[in-house]
This record gives sequence, C-alpha cells and structure tokens, in this order.
Amino acid sequence: MSQPLLQVKDLCTSFDVESGEVRAVNGISFNLDKGKVLGIVGESGSGKSVTAYSIMRILVEPGRIKSGQILFNGEDIVKYSKLQMRQFRGKRVSIIFQDPMTSLNPTYTIGNQLREAILLHTDRTKEQANARALEMLQLVGVNDPQKRLNQYPHELSGGMRQRVMIAMALACEPDILIADEPTTALDVTIQAQILELMKDLQKKLGMAIIMITHDLGVIADMCDEIIVMYAGRICERGTADEIFYNPCHEYTKGLLRSIPKLDSKNERLIPIEGSPVDLTCMPAGCAFAARCDKAMKICLKQLPQEYWINDEHLASCWMNVKKVYDEAAKGGEA
Amino acid sequence: MSEHLLEVRDLKQHFPISTGWFQKTPLKAVDGVSFTIDKGETLGLVGESGCGKTTVGRTILHLYKPTAGEVIYNGTQITPANIGKFRRDMQIVFQDPYSSLNPRMTVSDIIGEPLDVHKLYSSKKERDEKIAHLLNLVGLNSDHARRYAHEFSGGQRQRIGIARALAVEPKFIVCDEPVSALDVSIQAQIINTFEDLQKKLGIAYLFIAHDLLVVQHISHRIAVMYLGRIVEIGESSEIIANPMHPYTQSLISAIPIPDPDTARVKKRIPLEGDVPSPLKMPSGCPFRPRCRYATDICAKECPSLKEAAPGHQIACHNPHF
Ligand SMILES: Nc1ncnc2c1ncn2[C@@H]1O[C@H](COP(=O)(O)OP(=O)(O)OP(=O)(O)O)[C@@H](O)[C@H]1O
Ligand SMILES: Nc1ncnc2c1ncn2[C@@H]1O[C@H](COP(=O)(O)OP(=O)(O)OP(=O)(O)O)[C@@H](O)[C@H]1O
Ligand code: SF4
Ligand SMILES: [Mg+2]
Ligand SMILES: [Mg+2]
Repeated sequence: MSQPLLQVKDLCTSFDVESGEVRAVNGISFNLDKGKVLGIVGESGSGKSVTAYSIMRILVEPGRIKSGQILFNGEDIVKYSKLQMRQFRGKRVSIIFQDPMTSLNPTYTIGNQLREAILLHTDRTKEQANARALEMLQLVGVNDPQKRLNQYPHELSGGMRQRVMIAMALACEPDILIADEPTTALDVTIQAQILELMKDLQKKLGMAIIMITHDLGVIADMCDEIIVMYAGRICERGTADEIFYNPCHEYTKGLLRSIPKLDSKNERLIPIEGSPVDLTCMPAGCAFAARCDKAMKICLKQLPQEYWINDEHLASCWMNVKKVYDEAAKGGEA
Repeated sequence: MSEHLLEVRDLKQHFPISTGWFQKTPLKAVDGVSFTIDKGETLGLVGESGCGKTTVGRTILHLYKPTAGEVIYNGTQITPANIGKFRRDMQIVFQDPYSSLNPRMTVSDIIGEPLDVHKLYSSKKERDEKIAHLLNLVGLNSDHARRYAHEFSGGQRQRIGIARALAVEPKFIVCDEPVSALDVSIQAQIINTFEDLQKKLGIAYLFIAHDLLVVQHISHRIAVMYLGRIVEIGESSEIIANPMHPYTQSLISAIPIPDPDTARVKKRIPLEGDVPSPLKMPSGCPFRPRCRYATDICAKECPSLKEAAPGHQIACHNPHF
C-alpha cells in the first residue's frame, strides 16, 4: 500500500496559561489519502481548529506542539524550518479559517491580498495573478468581482468575506485543503455551490480535504470518513454511514440526537447536558463520563482505548467492551 | 388594531459607495422592508448572504441611522434622539464572536459590563452570582468567569456574547447568527435557552440564520429576503412545506440534510445566473435574472408583497404553489 498523503501521529498540542496547561489536542492520530474528504466534528472547544493550526504550524502563543509527528508524504513537517513552512503553506496545504477577519488584512484591498497569495505560491506573472484573482472570485460566486478587487474586507458582508477566503485558499491549488467551518457564514444555496466547487477540485486535482464543521448535513454530503473529537481526543471514527447509522460512542449518539429535525417545531431539542471538561485538569477516565447517562465505574477510572466495531469503524467507549462481555455471558457464542 | 411589540415600516438603508473618482452610488442594502413582531414571538430572517439581514437588524436598533422608514417599539417611534431609552430593552447577539468581544477583558468583565451600566445589582456578591447564573444559563462553567475571552473557542465565545445580551433582561433581541459557530449539541442547549427565556419572560426575537433546520425549529414565522427586500413571509411550517416564491423554493431544496442516504439522492433546484449586486438592481423583480418562471411583466414591474394564502405573503408575479 502506498503511503498516505498526510499522517498525523500522536499529536499533542497545549497552551500554557496562568491556570495551567490547556491540553487542547491530546494525542490524536489519523491518516489522509490523496483525493479523500475527511470530516472532523466534535464539541466546540474539543480541539478541531487547534488540530488544523498544528498541521499548518500557525499556532499562536502560548500554543505549542508538545509531541507527535505530522508527516506529509513521509516528511515530518514539525521539524521544518520557518522558510520551509512558508513554502509548504498555501502551496501544499491551505486553510480556510473559521473567522475570515483573522486572515484578511483590513488595510489591504481584496485584490491586493489575493494577488499576493497567488504570487507567493505559484509561478504566475503579475498579470496572470490578476486574471486568476478575478477568476477565483467569480468561481466562488462573488458578485461584481472586478469592483470587489478594489474593496476592503470591512465593506463586504460576512458571507462575502468567507467566499474571498475560499477563493484565496483555492487559488494556489493545494494538495490538501483544510476547511475550518468554511460555509457557516453562507446561505445554503451558495454553500451548496461552494461544496460542489470543492468536490470538483477534489476530483480534478486529486485535492484532499479536511472538512471541519458543525453542520452534520455538510458532513453527510461531503465526507468519506469522519472523525469525532471530544476534549482533545478522537472518540470515534469511521465511514459516514457507520457514524450516522451506527454510532458507538455515547457522545456521538448525543450529538446526532441533538440535531433539529424538519417538522419538529413543537418538540424540544435534546442537548447533551452538562458542561465541557476543563482541559487543564483532564479526568483519569473517559472525558465524557461526567455527562454520560451510561457511565459505569470503569469509565471514571480508566481511559477507554480505541476499539474496533468493524473494519470501517473504531470507537473509544467502554460500552462496546461491556457489550461483548454481556453477549458472551448470555450465549457464549459471541 | 392589535399592538405589536415591534413594527418595521418600509425600512431602507442605503450605503453610499464610491464607484469612481468623485462618484458615489447608493448601495441599497435594505430597500423597503416591513414586518411586525409580537411579544413572545420569533421571526426568522433568512436569505442569501449579502441580502441585507444584518443591516436590517442593526438598522432596527439604530446602530445605523435608517435612510428611510420607521421602527415602532411598543407604540413609540424610535428616533436617534430617544434610542437611548430603548437600549436596555433591545439587545443584539452578533454574528461574529471573535471581533465582538474584547480579548483583553475577562469573561466576568464582559458580562458584568452591562450589569454595571444599568446598575442591576446591589452588592458585589449579587453581581458575581448573576454572572455565574448567566454563565450556567448558556452552558458555561462559572469557573470560566476569570479567564480571558481569547482563551475560548469560537463556540464558547459566542455563548459569552449571549450571556452578555441576556444580562440586562431585554424584551427584544436581534440574534444575528447566534448559533452558527456552535456544535449542534450546544446549539440545542442555546436554542432551548432562547425558547425557555421566551416562555418565561415573553422575549421576542428577530432570529437571523442560514441554517434552515434551526430557523424552522425556533421561529413562529419566517421572512425570506432577497436583495434588500422581503420576498416571502409566513408561518414557519408553511414556508418549509409550501414555499411559493421561486427563490424560497431553491433555498429550501438546498438545505443539507444530516443523513448520508438522503444526501446521495437529494435533488437541488440550483440557482442560475450571477449572484446579484445591490449596486446593479435589475429592472422589475429583483430575482428576475435568475428566475425559472420569469415572464414579460417581471422585467417591468417590481412585485409587492401580497397575501397568497392566509398569513402567507409573497412578492412574485407568477407564484408556484
Ligand atoms: N490562545 C489560547 N489560549 C488558551 N487556550 C486556548 C487558546 N486557543 C484555544 N485554546 C483552547 O483550546 C481548546 C481547543 O480549541 P479549538 O479552537 O481547537 O476548539 P474547536 O474544536 O475548534 O472549537 P469550535 O468548534 O468552537 O471552533 C479550547 O478549549 C480552547 O479553550
Ligand atoms: N458599512 C457598510 N458599508 C457599505 N456597504 C455595506 C456595509 N455593511 C453592509 N454593506 C453591504 O450591504 C449589503 C448587505 O450586507 P449585510 O451584512 O446586511 O448582509 P447579510 O444578509 O447579513 O449577509 P450575511 O449572510 O453574509 O451576513 C452587502 O452588499 C454589503 O456589502
Ligand atoms: S416576479 Fe417573476 S421574476 Fe420575480 S420571482 Fe416571480 S416569476 Fe420570478
Ligand atoms: Mg474551531
Ligand atoms: Mg449578516
């Protein structure tokens, strides 16, 4: 088997703050193959963005990669120099940020920023870069693209800024696109259009996508495989069908239960009760135990390992181990 | 005539935009929007990004001075002179949790600020209790009070913003994408919180969002905007089940359904044509250049909102039922 495009191995990323060490990403591993779409879902604050920023090596102080490897085509980019990283970003991996304002410079025009990104990462001439900038704005459905090139970020609506970001990330045709909530600020028709555009580029260029989103509708539509994160760890992973139709971690089950359904006007939504764990003092057992209806003694004491549900599906939940014991006790044939 | 909590009449917001060296063209972000919201009611506001939803919300609160039109709150017309009196009653939760919170303030400062401004406590202890209560209300931990805004994730920051808006016990809240940054389980908590507060205190909401699953769940009625105008408004179940305006039909068909099997077979009604610009309004119906049903009259006359079914209005010359 050929080596995966991207391999994340036992990645730990922390922030040292006054109150202690925030273990934002706490030992996660996954692979991404060329041309695949990997979805990352999970509670807010569970470390999805920090995972993305670690791969891009754009963590802000006091964030740091504590341990682990990030292999791109087998090369560990954690060891890359600043210069190597600058060439790597944009050309190999590009990111669409959750918040477009953090990555658009308010003092430069849209056109200026797009051109700079294109010139930095491709060998286009100035004129070609101009044409490419215009073409990209059109592709992502920005109206009056010619005029927008001369406008500043604050003059655009939230959704339009998001599309400019997407144009910027796609302009350099990266091998991997990390999309962190790429379409939350967009209306569903534009969202559909942009997801189509991404799928298209994925097929045409063999681009791989890491899609981070809370919108399980987008996940269902786009992803080959899904990772579910909770408190800095991966609690469940598998194919889209396995995660949606056979969830095996109590957090994932709760997540799927809490989606509003069409025609459910008078039904109360079912959230997951309780508050997220404090990442500065992680519990000894399963991080979800304090909020879990099914929690057993062992859940509080011992961290559950990843457990194979079937060959397309892994979950870290003691319930699955219990199930095997229960079945064995019942009939012996399991 | 029944008294509405909020009545918006023919509201307009035109931004002057420079289009040449000395030329300024009005960008008609909101161009004649009217609706009412009753006490304890939620009106959902949806539409293409850039169609003017945020501008409607901000103009109602007079964060922007309206170009034209009236906003009547509890029977009184709001003016730049008297808006101060309504500031406590009318709050806003912003779309963007990053830029709306000062990163150098602690959570307790952020939520405490409106409490201080409106003097809503009699002792330091009561202030702390209120802050802790508000944090719990939005699903945060009271230990979070001493941390700084920049130490939180997007979703957590959004909840801080909601807690701040709730601090002054408002009667009307403009919720501008209040849950878009949240994961669905916390989203469900917040939506339940919004609904509980509404039942308990009769708060009314203008609820702006792109996620139609959320909007149809929380809203009593939904208004659909296109290019600065309302093109359809009605009971929320009606809009979802029986959209009549061609734009709404496309919108509803594009809702991403969180189910892989459905996603595989779902048929969308794609929107053709270019994304519109409020700087270049087409003649007649604003939706005409992208409309599958356009006829001659659509280029000549701009359709106004008309009742198509009880409580269900649309602005279209050729409604499709
Ligand atoms: N600069 C920082 N200082 C301290 N802690 C931080 C910082 N940035 C992030 N964190 C912490 O790291 C954790 C992971 O944050 P991250 O932004 O990755 O969450 P997320 O899963 O992307 O959430 P969301 O869905 O809300 O965007 C959070 O609990 C957050 O509090
Ligand atoms: N301060 C401003 N100056 C000039 N133009 C503006 C300003 N604010 C908004 N606009 C323009 O007004 C129009 C409506 O913007 P608005 O932010 O209200 O849209 P929206 O419906 O909230 O979009 P989104 O869903 O993307 O948030 C857009 O064309 C935008 O570019
Ligand atoms: S008025 Fe005409 S152009 Fe406008 S939506 Fe209706 S049919 Fe289409
Ligand atoms: Mg994030
Ligand atoms: Mg907006």
